Amino acid sequence: MRSRQGLLHPNDECERSATVREMRRVVITGLGMVSPLGANVGDTWKRLLKGESGAARVETFEVEDLPCKIACQIPRGDGQNGTFNPDLWMEPKEQRKVDDFIVYAVAAASEALDDADWHPESYEDQIRTGTLIGSGIGGLEGIERNSLLLAEKGPRRISPFFIPGSLINLASGHVSIRHGLKGPNHSVVTACSTGAHAIGDAARLVALGDADVMVAGGAESPVIRLSLAGFAACKALSTHFNDDPTRGSRPYDRDRDGFVMGEGAGIVVLEEYEHAKARGAKIYAEVVGYGLSGDAYHITAPASDGDGAYRCMSAALKRAGVTPDELDYVNAHGTSTPLGDEIELRAFERLVGDSAHKITMSSTKSAVGHLLGAAGAVEAIFSTLAIRDNVAPPTINLDNPSVETKIDLCANAKREKQIDVVLSNSFGFGGTNASLVLRRVVD
Amino acid sequence: MSETADKVKKIVVEHLGVEESKVTENASFIDDLGADSLDTVELVMAFEEEFGVEIPDDAAETILTVGDAVNFIEKNKAS
Repeated sequence: MRSRQGLLHPNDECERSATVREMRRVVITGLGMVSPLGANVGDTWKRLLKGESGAARVETFEVEDLPCKIACQIPRGDGQNGTFNPDLWMEPKEQRKVDDFIVYAVAAASEALDDADWHPESYEDQIRTGTLIGSGIGGLEGIERNSLLLAEKGPRRISPFFIPGSLINLASGHVSIRHGLKGPNHSVVTACSTGAHAIGDAARLVALGDADVMVAGGAESPVIRLSLAGFAACKALSTHFNDDPTRGSRPYDRDRDGFVMGEGAGIVVLEEYEHAKARGAKIYAEVVGYGLSGDAYHITAPASDGDGAYRCMSAALKRAGVTPDELDYVNAHGTSTPLGDEIELRAFERLVGDSAHKITMSSTKSAVGHLLGAAGAVEAIFSTLAIRDNVAPPTINLDNPSVETKIDLCANAKREKQIDVVLSNSFGFGGTNASLVLRRVVD
Repeated sequence: MSETADKVKKIVVEHLGVEESKVTENASFIDDLGADSLDTVELVMAFEEEFGVEIPDDAAETILTVGDAVNFIEKNKAS
């Protein structure tokens, strides 16, 4: 019975409501990514499984006076050897008009649509395909640059492309224009939960019948002086590994001291199950659960009792019709901040109880850093690939766990095991939480 | 071709990403060179910056071709 339960299969309360219609099943049929470990999904996944880190000292702007001088930046180059060449995805004159998060979104969306082999040409297909891409902060670089320009040279020097190049929903806008996607055009802004919320919300649009296909995910380009200064002021960044950058992001380790900022985009193609089957699409996994909650506690700190995280995970499992003991792998939020990692771990232990010893949980932020609004999306992709390949990516730099736990934290080496059901967590500033449950599709 | 025309041409090529050979005196920014209304605003700003002239909005509306831009700049640069 539970294997037939879709993403939003009415739960007990919903069944009493006459207004809720039957939900449709939603599957993932395409993946696209630009990350600090590579310009695409394949290169990133390979390096992630090897336990490589994308962190390095920032060389692209002055960091001498900043407490955090490291970040996980996209390896730019000519497009060879896993480097990212934006010119291959967007004409240089178009890149000039937008912030980098839009360039990353455009590249990852093109990869995802190619991977899904979905290029709607008929009007009917176009209006049934939508876009829902979010960002935590959006075009901060453009805002910084134009603010300085305004102060120095006055309003007549502000470019007409400043606003459309910085707006968060313009990632969805550009992707929809390039691919003729005329269905729902939407966006999400929930800090570090953005990517997970975008995929969850988009899956609901498909489940509810507003679209048959949704291009969904998150994009972020935060590695600039202004945001390193801002996040450092919040005491959120790692500051003790400036001379040893690849060791900076170390979730659950006793020496962790903050997150290492990352950049990039993760985009998935979500599709109604019968629609995907009818066209013979490759199906990676089913989005079976999505949970949301609020901490109502503090603007940046997670609630110490982990109750928001717990309720979020429980809600996602309930929607999925999955019991905690069925979970094979968890992609944790695990940012490497002193407070957050343990609160999430304790909340998860409370959720799974006696099943803890059977579950593998890792934080891929240890390798790619924290991609903020893109994090939940790239982590949903890693979760999908964990199901495809039956392997959990490692938590690197976990040399001395700060806590004892029965959960396998996948320290420093990938774990090969049967993985059919995965939970992916994202928690953001403002106390906003999102969890996704993905499951292997077996007919 | 005048120095002004050369510079205008260079700016147009750079901003609109078009072949230099297409940027003729009679080429219309919108009809021939693929600019949209926002591109033309940005072009006018780039001309102002490069030549140190002010191009008021009502004048900008009359600058439709490469030649229009060159003429306006040459006339107003000297005065």
